[in-house]
Amino acid sequence: MLQVEDLQVQIGDKQILKHIDLEIHPGETHVLFGPNGSGKTSLLMTIMGYPQYRVTGGRIVFKGADITHMPIDERAGLGIGISYQRPPTINGVKTKQMVQICAKGEVDAEALAVKMNFAEFLDRDINAGFSGGEIKRSELLQLMAQDPDLLLFDEPESGVDLENISLIGNSISQLLQRDFRLNDQKSQKELQKERTKMGLIITHTGFILDYVTADRGQVLFDGVLTCASNPREIFKCISQVGYEECVRCAI
Amino acid sequence: MRNLDKKAFQAKEKKATLGIDVDLDAYSSEPVSHDYVDDLSTLPEADKKRMILAGVDAEEKDRSGTYVQEDTTVLHTHSKQEGLQVMSIKQALKECDWIQDYYWKLVAVDTDKYTARAQLDLHNGYVIRALPGSKVIYPVQACLYLQKEGLSQNVHNIIIAEEGSELHIITGCATAAHLRRGLHVGISEFYVKKNAKLSFTMIHYWAEEMMVRPRSVARVEEGGLFLNNYICMKPARSLQMYPTTHLVGKGAVARFYSLLVGSPGSEMDVGGRIFLKEPGSRAEIIARTISNGGNIIARGDLVGEVPGIKAHLECRGLILNGGSIHAIPELNGKVAGVEMSHEAAVGKIAQDEILYLMSRGLSEDEATATIVRGFLSVDIPGLPPQLKAEIDRAVEQSDQDMM
Repeated sequence: MLQVEDLQVQIGDKQILKHIDLEIHPGETHVLFGPNGSGKTSLLMTIMGYPQYRVTGGRIVFKGADITHMPIDERAGLGIGISYQRPPTINGVKTKQMVQICAKGEVDAEALAVKMNFAEFLDRDINAGFSGGEIKRSELLQLMAQDPDLLLFDEPESGVDLENISLIGNSISQLLQRDFRLNDQKSQKELQKERTKMGLIITHTGFILDYVTADRGQVLFDGVLTCASNPREIFKCISQVGYEECVRCAI
Repeated sequence: MRNLDKKAFQAKEKKATLGIDVDLDAYSSEPVSHDYVDDLSTLPEADKKRMILAGVDAEEKDRSGTYVQEDTTVLHTHSKQEGLQVMSIKQALKECDWIQDYYWKLVAVDTDKYTARAQLDLHNGYVIRALPGSKVIYPVQACLYLQKEGLSQNVHNIIIAEEGSELHIITGCATAAHLRRGLHVGISEFYVKKNAKLSFTMIHYWAEEMMVRPRSVARVEEGGLFLNNYICMKPARSLQMYPTTHLVGKGAVARFYSLLVGSPGSEMDVGGRIFLKEPGSRAEIIARTISNGGNIIARGDLVGEVPGIKAHLECRGLILNGGSIHAIPELNGKVAGVEMSHEAAVGKIAQDEILYLMSRGLSEDEATATIVRGFLSVDIPGLPPQLKAEIDRAVEQSDQDMM
């Protein structure tokens, strides 16, 4: 389980997250909405452990351990993984190598890449000249190799063309154990109960909801979580009345 | 010959324009004799190990020829392939008339006191020549090994890729594990004839107190390709070189790649200069330097003399643990219609790259090492896989030394 308790975060002197409370139980996936600059990415980066996001109050607990001040690599080791929106290019480090790093060596990078329609990128420097959609496929490929328990997705559908959106969406479903396939041994209900993967997905467009089921939606507005409800309902509400409505609840 | 001696004699005290001045008298130049070795695999294990670090394999696996010189003496030389000549320069000067067409024809004997010394007190050096049309697929290896403390090793090398030939050379300069102090003076003249392809990969593995003064010039004719790779992972006290290439034929191409790591106490002043003298000629200089406490000057100079040439220079430096990197890229377009560019950057490892790798599970040190290795891995088109492997190995080794 991920527990975020009364979390307050600053970048430099600027308060960007104000008293955030959030719980994600094993098997749950939450969707995070919010206008630009509301702090969505900051919340993900803080959970991942980026040092420039300074926690000034509250704490983050994952699998029972207080990880508030734990270094990034140890969080990764505990089972937290992230799909970035704009990851850096690292010259000379090949995509294949990244997949191996994520999997700690034990992986058939080729086979995974074929699944992500990404085989021809394995020998390219990671993120070098990748389009928006290519970055997303590369990030998901790495997450597949890493197979974390808590998956953070920062706008996984942005910049993805129509051809690849279902690939991205279905891959996220699979990573979060939310894909449905016929199973001789167990009922879908049993499988659903056995889900362990936790997800937190930032979405702007809501397109991802066409592919990935989610248990809860959250709206982050000006550093405050303003409501938690059915994700489809939130999405519809925002689509029709806009984020201005959130001001009412943020006060 | 007498004329050369005369000119050299006049330049005996002439200081080089770059690099600290080396007191030549502080090094012994007396010949050191070693027995000729028929079978390289019988060399002492310790020497073999050092040679391997510089890319020279005593087992001669995947090699088409070998030249090994220890101190001032030739230890071994032979060619395994028809159309390939490998011999010492002293033998060539004695037995081959044609060598006179090449000897000191590109490098001026009176360039400075180091060239003068290589004429007045020549120890030896290699001549490697691919005959017209011959394709030497496996690399030829040449090793200049220093064993004797305080020696000045003076060598002169001539490499000729005749018309339509293909030749790959890996040359290693290394010092015995016990050696600390010495001087290496190396003259190299490269001739890449019409439509020939020559790749020259030089791996240096020096001792701490070594002074190194190579002087080399290349000439590339129409349709020729000259690939010049320089890898120095174990730097000397002082290394200064500024190899020059003249592209004298239509469509001639030169590419220089260098990977340098400067450790504490070392001074490296390394550059590359390419003159583009015919339309359609192209040049590229790519340098990756890492300072680990040493001082590095990375020069690059491209001179476009005619329209229709294309040249690019790229110099990137990382300062890891102190030291300095001074990148000096120069472009000199002398007429309209040249296309020349450069990019230079000196900096540190980007924090966001480290964090990205850490979020995939690497520790901070592992992430740093991965980025450094990536920084030094440059794709060199046209290089045979064996040579690529040697470069990777040299980089891998430096990695262990650095971290």
